[in-house]
Amino acid sequence: MINLADMAFYLFAFITVAAGFLVISARNPVHSVLWLILAFFSAAGLFVLLGAEFLAMLLVIVYVGAVAVLFLFVVMMLDINFVELRQGFLQYLPIGGLIGFILLAELVALGSAWAFGDAVGQNLAAPAPAADVQNTAALGQLLYTDYIFIFQTAGLILLVAMIGAIVLTHRTRPGVKRQDVAAQNARRPEDAYKLVDVKVGKGVALPTKKG
Amino acid sequence: MVEALYNLFGGEGQFLYLLAIVASILAIVLPLLIGVAFAVYFDRKIWAAVQMRRGPNVVGPFGLLQSFADGLKLFLKETIIPAGSNKFIFLMAPMITFTLALISWAVIPFGEGMAIANLNVGILYLLAISSLGVYGIIMSGWASNSRYAFLGGLRSAAQMVSYEVSIGFVLVCVLVKVGSLNMSDIVMSQEGTILNWHVWLFFPVFIIFFISALAETNRPPFDLPEAEAELVAGYQVEYSSMAFALFFLGEYANILLMSTVMAILFFGGWYAPLPALDFIPGWIWLLAKTAFFFWTFAMVKAFVPRYRYDQLMRLGWKVFLPLSLFLVVVYAGVMVYGGLLPTNG
Repeated sequence: MINLADMAFYLFAFITVAAGFLVISARNPVHSVLWLILAFFSAAGLFVLLGAEFLAMLLVIVYVGAVAVLFLFVVMMLDINFVELRQGFLQYLPIGGLIGFILLAELVALGSAWAFGDAVGQNLAAPAPAADVQNTAALGQLLYTDYIFIFQTAGLILLVAMIGAIVLTHRTRPGVKRQDVAAQNARRPEDAYKLVDVKVGKGVALPTKKG
Repeated sequence: MVEALYNLFGGEGQFLYLLAIVASILAIVLPLLIGVAFAVYFDRKIWAAVQMRRGPNVVGPFGLLQSFADGLKLFLKETIIPAGSNKFIFLMAPMITFTLALISWAVIPFGEGMAIANLNVGILYLLAISSLGVYGIIMSGWASNSRYAFLGGLRSAAQMVSYEVSIGFVLVCVLVKVGSLNMSDIVMSQEGTILNWHVWLFFPVFIIFFISALAETNRPPFDLPEAEAELVAGYQVEYSSMAFALFFLGEYANILLMSTVMAILFFGGWYAPLPALDFIPGWIWLLAKTAFFFWTFAMVKAFVPRYRYDQLMRLGWKVFLPLSLFLVVVYAGVMVYGGLLPTNG
């Protein structure tokens, strides 16, 4: 008898891995981002199967709904010449291969530490919350009581990064016309025009700023 | 709902359970699609009435069958795929839009226990699905290989991302009071008379949500993605036949969804305004409230002129975002220090 949950796991896992492979092998960068979105989405499916529905929804809202939209925005507006892109490809191969090898070695080290280290195993087996506590409530309890200082520090770092990005990129340019909505709303008909009786043969002149 | 059908089928084996899920999906999707057809008709009728026209009145009695005639016409037309387009993404985009518009309905409770999935994170699921809705539009804009479509797609993506932020803060205000992300719990916290509905307590928040919902569904006065005077029809320019129909159906299904969510969050969901009126089934009350909000959406479309794009962005980021953030602080502060927090969470 095939279990539906197992079938769902293999489906999501296969799609995640396949989409992840297609992210790096797709020729068109827009296709790459779309595959990345599919990978995020199936990873969210895996989270649901783990019983971490809150994390799954956050993954979709934050990564798929916001981060990947920005990626897509930037990539779509790039003017990419594919022939030029592929010309210098081989010259990056040694350094790329080296980084890949280091990553692989670290992954192997991590996997073996997981399997053989005693202390690591204890840390990994985090106490599961009681069955009647909901996912969201359990996360909130942990974040806002046990880890409140770390959580606040992370928030401060993000705030500093945000202010830094604004300070670095903001520049005041001369001659930029800005809209003052309050001034526009406060403007009355009397400020904008006036009715003038024009005498025959005399004409009117535009009023000067002083007069 | 799924459980009830499962027991009705005999209640054995997981494939029977799958069948029960499919049956309950059909039980919601089929009435929804028919409802969308009539929603389009009512939208046009209301719009016509405001402008003192007759509106559709030829096909069927009072023109009731007009939407079905339009659908049949679109079905018989040829699907045109532009030569320079990216064919796969071009065809995927309307399917994604339509699918996303339908799967949001999985967590909507039509009555006590009448939801396909009674998720603990129901409201987050809705947010997640609505944030995915951007992709259908942005993909169609890019794949069409047309400047009008691309500009429409970009505008729409920026607009939906902007207004989602204030919708999120609005939801936080309500959730602080309810103490649960479950849609059914949100409705059940408004049990009793009309005075228990959230709209009184959360009136400013409700106004922000209503306007953001207009922007999120690309309805007038925020229908800039398809502003016909500037962009012809925005991201839909190159679409014809059923591909266009899928966009159109998805758009109206999303409008109905937003109306229903407003009824659930602020107007007591399936509860009657007075306990004496409880003899009318809950789902009829929910439908009536949804119809009311759809009517307000249609009236706004008829009354209000279209915003300029920079005004739209200003409203989202400079007015609604600070205002909703401030309201979150006020509501949370009052509830924490007034001892009004829910105890179940």
